[in-house]
Amino acid sequence: MPTITYIEFNGTSHSIEVENGLSVMEGAVNNNVPGIDADCGGSCACATCHVFVDEAWLGKCGTPDTQEKSMLGFAATAQANSRLACQITVSDALDGLVVRMPEAQH
Amino acid sequence: MNAPVNYDPTHEAWTMPLDQVDPANPMRFMAGAELPYLARLRRDAPIHYTAENPMFGPYWSICRYNDIMQVELNTEVFSSSWAHGGITVRDRAKELRIPMFIAMDPPQHDDQRKVVQPIVAPFNLQKFEALIRERTAMVLDSLPRGETFDWVQQVSIPLTTMMLASLFDFPFEDRALLSHWSDCATMPVEANGFIKSEEHREQVFGELLGYFTRLWNERVNEPARPDLVSMLAHGEATRNMTPREYLGNLILLIVGGNDTTRNSMSGGVLFMHQNPAEFAKLRANPKLVDSAVSEIIRYQTPLAHMRRTATQDFDLNGHQIKAGDKVVMWYLSANRDAEVIENPDAFIVDRKRPRQHISFGFGIHRCVGNRLAELQLKILWEQLLARFPKVEVVGEPKRVFSSFVRGYASLPVRIPA
Repeated sequence: MPTITYIEFNGTSHSIEVENGLSVMEGAVNNNVPGIDADCGGSCACATCHVFVDEAWLGKCGTPDTQEKSMLGFAATAQANSRLACQITVSDALDGLVVRMPEAQH
Repeated sequence: MNAPVNYDPTHEAWTMPLDQVDPANPMRFMAGAELPYLARLRRDAPIHYTAENPMFGPYWSICRYNDIMQVELNTEVFSSSWAHGGITVRDRAKELRIPMFIAMDPPQHDDQRKVVQPIVAPFNLQKFEALIRERTAMVLDSLPRGETFDWVQQVSIPLTTMMLASLFDFPFEDRALLSHWSDCATMPVEANGFIKSEEHREQVFGELLGYFTRLWNERVNEPARPDLVSMLAHGEATRNMTPREYLGNLILLIVGGNDTTRNSMSGGVLFMHQNPAEFAKLRANPKLVDSAVSEIIRYQTPLAHMRRTATQDFDLNGHQIKAGDKVVMWYLSANRDAEVIENPDAFIVDRKRPRQHISFGFGIHRCVGNRLAELQLKILWEQLLARFPKVEVVGEPKRVFSSFVRGYASLPVRIPA
């Protein structure tokens, strides 16, 4: 199974094996990784699974669609490498992916 | 109420002909009898058409969580625009409609929302936290022991009004005007309250706009600072607003920051009283306060619905919605949808996924102040637990006549001596 590394805002790192086909958000929520709220449950409707994708991995995570872009537009601390973790599907190609959490989810 | 003495809402809701179910009737909300009608629709007609309501005309009801999500995310078909009538089941006459960003579609909505959003960014919330804590302590310390008082008047209104005053940097001594204006904006004329007619409401809005125009004029020529008036006056997308649009956005921010949190502050006390085992759980483990707050917000659902207007004919899961139709998303119903929320009619302070409620809405119009609201409620419960063994509800709450704002006019309580 691919390993995803989630780094909390305070620096705490969690490396988790996540099944192919799940979202990066589900990988965190199912394993009690703090810092991802996922209020809407994965519908790309709340922007509370906001993560920063390490530059090296950005291209492999696909591009955000219109809905994701508009939700990210309302995230408090969005940057160029911001994504919603519910919109990134885990696959072998993402083995080793590193995502960092923002200060707070909004 | 002029309902018959033996009125049994549950029996009526489950036996009346489906096409006569009219969940937006504000009388039922005032009687605390609104839930069975939504439960009936969730089971028998989750996408339902009410052909006629004397106050609101015809409207669709969307009652299930997943169907609402579909409507929320399709902003092209389901418009929020004030030009179509806005975001509540009630239509105002065309000449009385007021633009505000909650009642706009992209891109204008997005541009205006982004102007005010930083007020509730993590940095500002941290700044507010100590202030909220101090004020909450002060309000709770002033409460009488061993005698009956009204929680709404003595706690919920003062706390939310002080918060609003800080967000606007509004003259503190005049802050009661803010809750007054909020009530004036949401009170139906039929409630027989302070607002006697739409002309009267417009007159009060004129006073509101006059006051806030003075604040705007003071701040527009000063450097930008983090208060809502200054942010609107300096924001690229808002600094050239018409006076009517400024009024609309003020009403939005005042109501949004006021009625909602106020009623969750009152509702929480009622639910803990009705569910003493849940209160005991929270008292034994104060770490549950975050999840208890989410549960209070779900259970209260302080805004019972949001409305959209179809911009084109649309097939919603087999139902033919026509262009121009009014579509009401019942958050109050979705928050009780057993397909998504386990045992939804129970109030449970330690749910597995307490945040998965729909009280803040979803999609681009999701409540901008949700984190601030949660912070205010969290501090209230932390401070309450630190001071009082319990807050007893000693009489029936008085509920407001509205199917939009789901709330309390009064809640008689007593803190043991």
